[in-house]
This record gives sequence, C-alpha cells and structure tokens, in this order.
Amino acid sequence: MAEVEETLKRIQSQNGVQGIIIINSEGIPIKTTLDNASTVQYAGLIHQLVMKARSTVRDIDPQNDLTFLRIRSKKNEIMIAPDKDYFLIVIQNPSD
Amino acid sequence: MEIVHVYTKLHSEFGRQCLFSDRPAELLVDVPADQSLASQFTQRTRRDQSLQASRDMSEHRVNTKRFESESCGLNHEEGGWPKDVNHQVMEQTIRFRKKVEKDESYINSILQLGSVMEHCIRQNNAVDIYQDCFEDGEMPEEHQEPPSAKTINVFRDPNELKRTVTGLSWHPDGGEKLAAAYSCLEFQKTSRDMSLDSYIWDIENPNRPELSLKPASPLVCLEYNPKDCHSLVGGSYNGQIAYWDSRRGSQPVETSSVEHSHRDPVYKIIWLQSKTGTDTFSASTDGQVLWWDVRKLSEPTERLVLDPSREGNPERALGAISLDFESTMPTKFMVGTEQGLVVSCNRKAKTPTEKVVCTYDGHQGPVYALQRNPFFPKNFLTVGDWTARIWSEDIKESSIMWTKYQMSYLMDACWSPVRPSVFFTVKMDGVLDMWDILFKQNDPTLSLKVCDEALYSLRLQDNGRLVACGSQQGEATLLEISSGLSTLQKNEKSLLAAMFERETKREKILEARQREIRLKERSRSEQSRSEDGGREDIDQSPLQLMARAEEDFYVLTETEKKGKEREDQDLSSEKEVQILEQSNE
Repeated sequence: MAEVEETLKRIQSQNGVQGIIIINSEGIPIKTTLDNASTVQYAGLIHQLVMKARSTVRDIDPQNDLTFLRIRSKKNEIMIAPDKDYFLIVIQNPSD
Repeated sequence: MEIVHVYTKLHSEFGRQCLFSDRPAELLVDVPADQSLASQFTQRTRRDQSLQASRDMSEHRVNTKRFESESCGLNHEEGGWPKDVNHQVMEQTIRFRKKVEKDESYINSILQLGSVMEHCIRQNNAVDIYQDCFEDGEMPEEHQEPPSAKTINVFRDPNELKRTVTGLSWHPDGGEKLAAAYSCLEFQKTSRDMSLDSYIWDIENPNRPELSLKPASPLVCLEYNPKDCHSLVGGSYNGQIAYWDSRRGSQPVETSSVEHSHRDPVYKIIWLQSKTGTDTFSASTDGQVLWWDVRKLSEPTERLVLDPSREGNPERALGAISLDFESTMPTKFMVGTEQGLVVSCNRKAKTPTEKVVCTYDGHQGPVYALQRNPFFPKNFLTVGDWTARIWSEDIKESSIMWTKYQMSYLMDACWSPVRPSVFFTVKMDGVLDMWDILFKQNDPTLSLKVCDEALYSLRLQDNGRLVACGSQQGEATLLEISSGLSTLQKNEKSLLAAMFERETKREKILEARQREIRLKERSRSEQSRSEDGGREDIDQSPLQLMARAEEDFYVLTETEKKGKEREDQDLSSEKEVQILEQSNE
C-alpha cells in the first residue's frame, strides 16, 4: 500500500506531469489527481481507445500484446500503461 | 460422359486404417477417337488471339445516396460502478476504492506499471523524441509536381428554385466561413417563390448554412468587413444597401432608404479604410458610385456620377459593374463599366470634374472584374468579353498584356494573394482557369471544369490555397490548389516586375509610334487639302465622316456618268458622221 503511494508520488514529482489516473478494467477511476469531471471524461474515452488498440495489435498478431500507448498532441502527451486489470494514465506536458 | 467407378465395402470395414498396397494399373474406361465428330468442327484460319486467365469484370458506376452527417461530441457520464455502489453517494465510492486499493493484484500491477511509466516520463523530459532531427531548411524545389486542384466541398443552395451565386466573400480571420450572395440576374426570371436569402457557410459543414441573411430583395454582392469579422454589408437587386451583424441574427441591422439608394442592382460594394472602419462604397449600373457610412444608411455620404465628359450628367453616365479599391492608395479607386471602359477616379478631388481622372478603353463588353495586383498596385487586371487583360496605370490606350480570345465569356477574375504572377478566371462554360504569366502566357497553366453550368463568381482565400467559385445553379465549389501554385517562388517578384516593365515599355513605344504616324498623316493631309480648305481633323465625328464619304461617292459617280455620256455622245456623233458620209457618198 505504501509502495503504491510512493510510486505515485514519485511519478507526480517528475517534470511536467499534469495528472495521474488509475482506472480498472471496467473504466472506474480508482485513484486520480484531477477533478472528477475530467477524470470521468478521460476514463471513458481512454478505456475505449485502449481496448481498440489492444484488439488491433492482437488481430495483427495473436501472440502480440499492447504494452504501452502514447498519444502526443499539440498541448501535451497522454501515456497509458495497460495491464490485465488496471490502466495507469499519466498526462504530461513535455517541457522541451 | 461420366466415368464412374462403383465399389462395395462391408460396413465393419469402414473407419479402419487405410492399408495401401501396390497393384498394377487397371483399365477402367477406354474412349476411342470418333472421327464422325470431326465433321461438326471446321478449322479456323491462323490468327493471333490473346487470352487472359482472369475473371470477367464489367464496369459499373454507383452513386450512393447522399446522407446528411452531423458531428457532435460525446459527454461521458460516470458509470461502470458495480450494482451495489451508488456513485452519487461519496461514502460508498470511497469504500469501494479503498477495497480495491487493498487488493494484492492492484498493488503488484501498479508497481510494475509505475516503473514502466517512469521510464517513459524521464525519456520525455530528457529528450524531445518527436523533434525533427534533420531540419529541412531548404526543401528541394526540384519536385515540381504538376499543378492541380481538387474539390473539397460543394455548397448547394438549399432552396428548391436555384439562384445564381453572384457574390462571395471570405471571413477575414482565417477564412473558415464563406458568405455567398444569391440572386437571379437574368431579366425577369425571378419568380415569386424564389427565396430572397443569402447564406454564410461554415466550410466544414456543407449540409446546412451556418447563418442565413434575409434581405428585402435578393443580394447581388456581399462583403465581410476586413476589420470587424462580424459585420457584413450587402448590395441588393433593388439598389438598396443593407448592413448585418452576424451576432445579431438574420435580419439586417439597417437598410438604406429606397429614395437615396441606387436605381439599379448594386453590383459591387467594398469596405473602405477609414478610422471608424464603417465606410463603404457601392457601384451600380445606374451610373452612380455612392459612399455610405454604415451607421447611418438613410443617406449616402457622397455621390459620384460616372460621366466620361465630366459634367456629372446622369443621362450620359456609364453603368458600373465592378469596383476596385486598394488600401495602399486610399484616395484612388477604379470602376469597371458596362460599356467596356475602366474609369480611374480620385475621391479627394475638389471639383466633380476632376473626380474622373482618366479612362482606359479595352473591352467590347462589360468589365465584369477589376482588381489591382496586390504586389504591384500599378498594374491591374480586367476581365470582360472573351479576354482577360492586364493594364499598367500609365498606358491609357491599351492593355500591356492580354490573353487570347477564349471560347466562352469570362465572368470573374482574381489575383492570387500570395503569388504575384498567378491569377484565376472563371468562364461561362463552367471552367476555372489558373494563369501563371511567368510560366506560360498563351494558355492557362491549369484549366479545370468545375461544373456544367456557368460560373459567375470567384474568390480566393487570403492564404492563397483555397478557391471558392459560384455557379449559376447556386453551387459554390471549394477547391484546394496544389502547393506549386500557392507558394511564392524565388525571384518571382523581380521577374514579374521586369516583365511588367518590359511590356509597359513596349506599349509606350507603340503609342509613341502611333502618335508619330498620326502627326505625319495630319501634316501631309493638311498640305494636300489646302486648296479645299477642308481641315483634316482626325477626331471627326462619325457623322461628318459619313457625310464626306457620301459626297465623295456622289462626286465620283457624277464624273463617271458624265464621262459615259460623253463617250455615248462621241459614239453617236461618230455614227452620225458615218451616216452622213455614207449618205454623202
């Protein structure tokens, strides 16, 4: 429990990190540093995207699986680390 | 004939493992050749025939039904919570979350994901992995793709009875909106059911106009205020001017009064540069150019009658069809008339006679479009009859460059705002031409058939890449031009300046020669006609010339007749002499 907290704190302290969201496989946000409305928005949209991305990778090669997803946009970068049951989403504004 | 081999097997032997054994070949069927069948065939002469072992295909065109699409966003609401948790109640959600956080697998996976994530975050912070490593400063310009343009969108008149798109104007900031004025310019073709509306379209959505403007009479021209992107001014078919604010809705904020407006459709209206940003001026075929302040449209602030004899006589005024105003030269403006003359005027002249500075005579029909080159304001482009002409302000007799006579009437033209040597024209056969005079002067660089009916109006967006053209059936087509025609080439300005200078000089020389010849003729004819006392006046009116021609004709015939009579007389007198002689003998 404490290690989880520590890990998240470490991530939060990195340069440019704007927010962290952890969602479970049903799309329910477990832990978040953003406000509720944005969290719900991110959770719903990213959950669908990760499902789509994962199925794409596996359709091309069934032995393959999605390990990481990065969405770079004009304003920031959304990084998603998917797992079997949980997703870790970090929104970062790269400083350089 | 089917070859069938029948065999029987015990049921118990089915499913048994196959034991293959070798055995000699057994003849099952022997079909001998039957020569009688050969009579059914004839031998073909030798020829080459190509075969292809592929499937038979046929070409078939299908037009899908037009479907209306609308884009909208999704708003996610909370959900996914298990049935026993009411997500409105904070307690329950917190309890649920705490439970999950205590879960073993949660802890493990988060630790693992955390380390992966950290790696990527640090990566981002260390180096911008998406930056361009090899800066393409000088893009190789040798890749000259052939000039092309593709249609992006077509905006159709939503009404049943289609009207012509007579005016187009781009939104000043960025050009995401296009204002189109619809009216029916054909004489007496407007029916009662025709809608009077003009529309503002958002270029992303061709299905429905963003805003419709409802004037009292159909609009012939429409312009956005370049300073204020919400205000528009339009000139209508009955001569009135109307002013809209797009924030305030479809009805005009103000319309000019009928008594003081034009008496004919207002063909062009342009915003002026002024401190208040509310001045416009309009031109119409009733021969007047009126200045307005849009805050007070009840009366024009100034009036000018386009009379070439400079008397301000409205009877002799020329009807104006196009107008040009360049913000770098705020006191001068030019008017293209129905009679084919282009009149250059000075607004700040003290007396009305000085308002009309000079005229340029070039076209045989109405000058439908008139625009100064944005990079070389001394040169302007006019379009009318079947040619497009480029003029220099100093040469008044003729244009310095012109296209050859096209197959159909040119209706509108426009310079490209980014490339000084490129201009576009639209024709009555639905063709959009792009001319690059540095590249080719005889023919357009690119000629595209946009639609089957006539194209009436044309406007380029300020970035030079998008072109909107409007047709007779109410379709406004939006095209994107290839980058070759919309990016400034190196040395273009200097090459074009050199070209214009060269042509101007040529015209000047020709003009000088013409003048010389005329002078010589004049002096020669004066000498020869000194006994007549008739002055060989070059600028004789046509009536006088005709009278003189008639006189000459009659004089000539008289002399001929007299000559003939004399001959006859001589002949008859000869005959008499002969008879006399004969009788004498």
